[in-house]
Amino acid sequence: MAVPAPILLMSGIGKQFPGVKALDGVDLRLLPGEVHALMGENGAGKSTLIKVLTGVHPIDAGTIELLGEPVAFGSPLEAQGAGISTVYQEVNLCANLSVAENIFVGREPRRWGRIDWPRMRARAAELLARLELDLDVSAPLSTYSPAIQQMVAIARAIDIEARVLILDEPTSSLDASEVEQLFRVMRTLKEEGIAILFVSHFLDQIYEISDRMTILRNGRLVGEYLTSELSQVELVAKMIGQELAALEKLHGEAKVFDRPLLEARGLGRAGAIEPFTLTVHEGEVVGLAGLLGSGRTEVARLLFGADHASTGEVSIEGTPVSLRTPRVAMNHRIAFCSENRKSDGLIPDLTLRENIILALQATRGWTRPVPREQQDELVGKYISALKISPANPEHLVRDLSGGNQQKVLLARWLILEPRLLILDEPTRGIDIGAKTEIQRLVAQLSDGGMAVLFISAELEEVLRLSHKVGVLRDRRLVAQLPNDDDLTTDVLMETIASGGANGGASGGGAE
Amino acid sequence: MTTVTLNGLRTIPAKYVPVLVTAGLFVAMFVAGGIRYEGFASGQVILNVFIDNAFLLVVAVGMTFVILAGGIDLSVGSVVALSTMISASLMKGPGWPPYLVIPLVLLIGAALGLVMGYIIHAFDIQPFIVTLAGMFLARGLCYTIGTDSIPIEDPTFTAFAQTRIDLFAGLWISPSVIIAAVVVLVAAYVLHYTRLGRSVYATGGSEQSALLMGLPVARTKITVYTVSGFCSALGGVLLSFYMLSGYGLHAVGMELDAIAAVVIGGTLLTGGSGFLLGTVLGVLVLGLIQTVISFEGTLSSWWTKIFIGLLLFVFILLQRLFSARRT
Repeated sequence: MAVPAPILLMSGIGKQFPGVKALDGVDLRLLPGEVHALMGENGAGKSTLIKVLTGVHPIDAGTIELLGEPVAFGSPLEAQGAGISTVYQEVNLCANLSVAENIFVGREPRRWGRIDWPRMRARAAELLARLELDLDVSAPLSTYSPAIQQMVAIARAIDIEARVLILDEPTSSLDASEVEQLFRVMRTLKEEGIAILFVSHFLDQIYEISDRMTILRNGRLVGEYLTSELSQVELVAKMIGQELAALEKLHGEAKVFDRPLLEARGLGRAGAIEPFTLTVHEGEVVGLAGLLGSGRTEVARLLFGADHASTGEVSIEGTPVSLRTPRVAMNHRIAFCSENRKSDGLIPDLTLRENIILALQATRGWTRPVPREQQDELVGKYISALKISPANPEHLVRDLSGGNQQKVLLARWLILEPRLLILDEPTRGIDIGAKTEIQRLVAQLSDGGMAVLFISAELEEVLRLSHKVGVLRDRRLVAQLPNDDDLTTDVLMETIASGGANGGASGGGAE
Repeated sequence: MTTVTLNGLRTIPAKYVPVLVTAGLFVAMFVAGGIRYEGFASGQVILNVFIDNAFLLVVAVGMTFVILAGGIDLSVGSVVALSTMISASLMKGPGWPPYLVIPLVLLIGAALGLVMGYIIHAFDIQPFIVTLAGMFLARGLCYTIGTDSIPIEDPTFTAFAQTRIDLFAGLWISPSVIIAAVVVLVAAYVLHYTRLGRSVYATGGSEQSALLMGLPVARTKITVYTVSGFCSALGGVLLSFYMLSGYGLHAVGMELDAIAAVVIGGTLLTGGSGFLLGTVLGVLVLGLIQTVISFEGTLSSWWTKIFIGLLLFVFILLQRLFSARRT
């Protein structure tokens, strides 16, 4: 098959942020008349790649060629001028202005210095007709649905003689019929020879619309594939990666769990996670697997009371409770180590001791400070138990390595002696040594009777630790699989890719 | 599209409703006044409202620009006072002629607005606090010129101020009304037929989006404060015509009258929605309240404030209703 000359060619792109190599040797080519999907988990470098392409950030290494000419854009405006338009996830238009104005504002057709309103409306209607849309162009944009607003944003983008159209998660807030309409528009544009770069977390959509895909992982290029030649399972495997060496299963023989600690029935939150039913027993480790954005963190936040549930109920040891706020959850001895330890959890300018003692102090209230001797004793105990280094309680948390910061966060919650510990990505971004230590700790805690909800993007890790694995996909809990000998990472991946439709190995659905 | 049906006769776009409500209020007040007071229902009463409020109208036009762009300008009253003070002192002391003094005053006002706009943009500070600082600064500068009222006795200036322009049937207006009308027309043209005007609306609608759509947000923001400073200075000149004096205590609280007029005229305080015609109607409503109270005779003038207060409450609630219905 003859491949036409690419419109856009990025090769060997590298981008360094302070402390992070965001992109390293990434290639991307966009062919005319093709929808090209950019795949990868969050943090894989998709947004960074789009930002260096559109001139938000300068590149540190590599070259960008547009129609064979080397280019370097200093701003999104320059990129737009060269024919590279971007439509972002959030609709970036002014809802108070009319549809026609939103398409043309800043470059309105003028006659003798004054805006030519009739011509502007006529041209807007023409442009929208090209997208098979029939709107009242003089109506304010706010009268239309988000999907239509997204189309108007696209109309604005393609009016600038676009050769490359970048759609950064345009479908995340659209319903099925709106997505269908967007895809019709995309196909029309494709036929006109525009190259479309499409980013989405929804695998089904990728397979429906894209012709070719480029996969990134951890800022590196995994490869470029034809969508028709790559199965969903292979795609998920390539996105997640399987670099972790297989370690022994940490749990010995299967334990019997007969004392339910927390039961969630039909718990859900509109727009975040569809209603799910989940039981966590004492001493049980429940793993949650699924791609980023599949609703894993949303489950955790609901169970901790950080978000309000819109449906369903929770009971703890058989008593119905209402987890309205994290404080209520903490009173029921539920602890939550958040995914983002920098912004949600640790306070970098406080010392190790102050950070560890924080949650304990919060449960006592500010009128009853924890005595200093008790603080020192507790902190000393956990520093040695978790092997936090440096073992100096007065060290600033900011200066600790990622793994040690994670342990500080863990120590903070362990002091409270929780009955249910929710860990959201506790091992992300930390080195292998600290990782195995944290895994071993989780196993110890559950042997001691603590229930753990363990969220991780690494399937091997989930498998190694969990007694039961819940699989999430597209904000739905699609399967709950007991962790027996039949359950392997391949089965998990299969379940993630198929959405539990094929039943996985041990049957899907709620238990 | 969102429309409101009036008695099932025809539908009107929702964006015109606040202006129409204000217009209806004005007509109702005028009719009620005409029935209640003898000699109220004459054209001259309305023209007098224009004559007595020409300076407020000009100041409110500047305020409309700022509020449409999502900002606020508290300095306008002080800049008006400063303009009267500079005009009066320069004509009285060194005896400068008006045709030199007036452009200078306009330049100073515009420059003050430019500086405030630049500070708001460059340091990303709340307009409220920056223009509050400008308010104190300009008011204070008045008293460095003089603490007493300075009469204006320049013959050209007073002759122009006292000119009566006769219309038909015995009606008349002052030159200030013509100046204010020109300002309103130019401003309406700018807002609706130039890119600057549409950038003002876009910036007020969503500054972040306007930036991503490639609009010159920085220039727009600085421009609206410059326009407001210029309008305040021009309002000060018109107030000098009206008062024939310069005084540091002129126009105390006028910034609030201007904001009230803009809001009663149907412009959203959050920016991005409203019309200049609404502001004109807002000023007329405020002026007509004063007229009604002076016709009533027995009511003291602070009843004006009570009515303005009540009206503001009603209009803010109306705005809330309309914006709630839209979302």
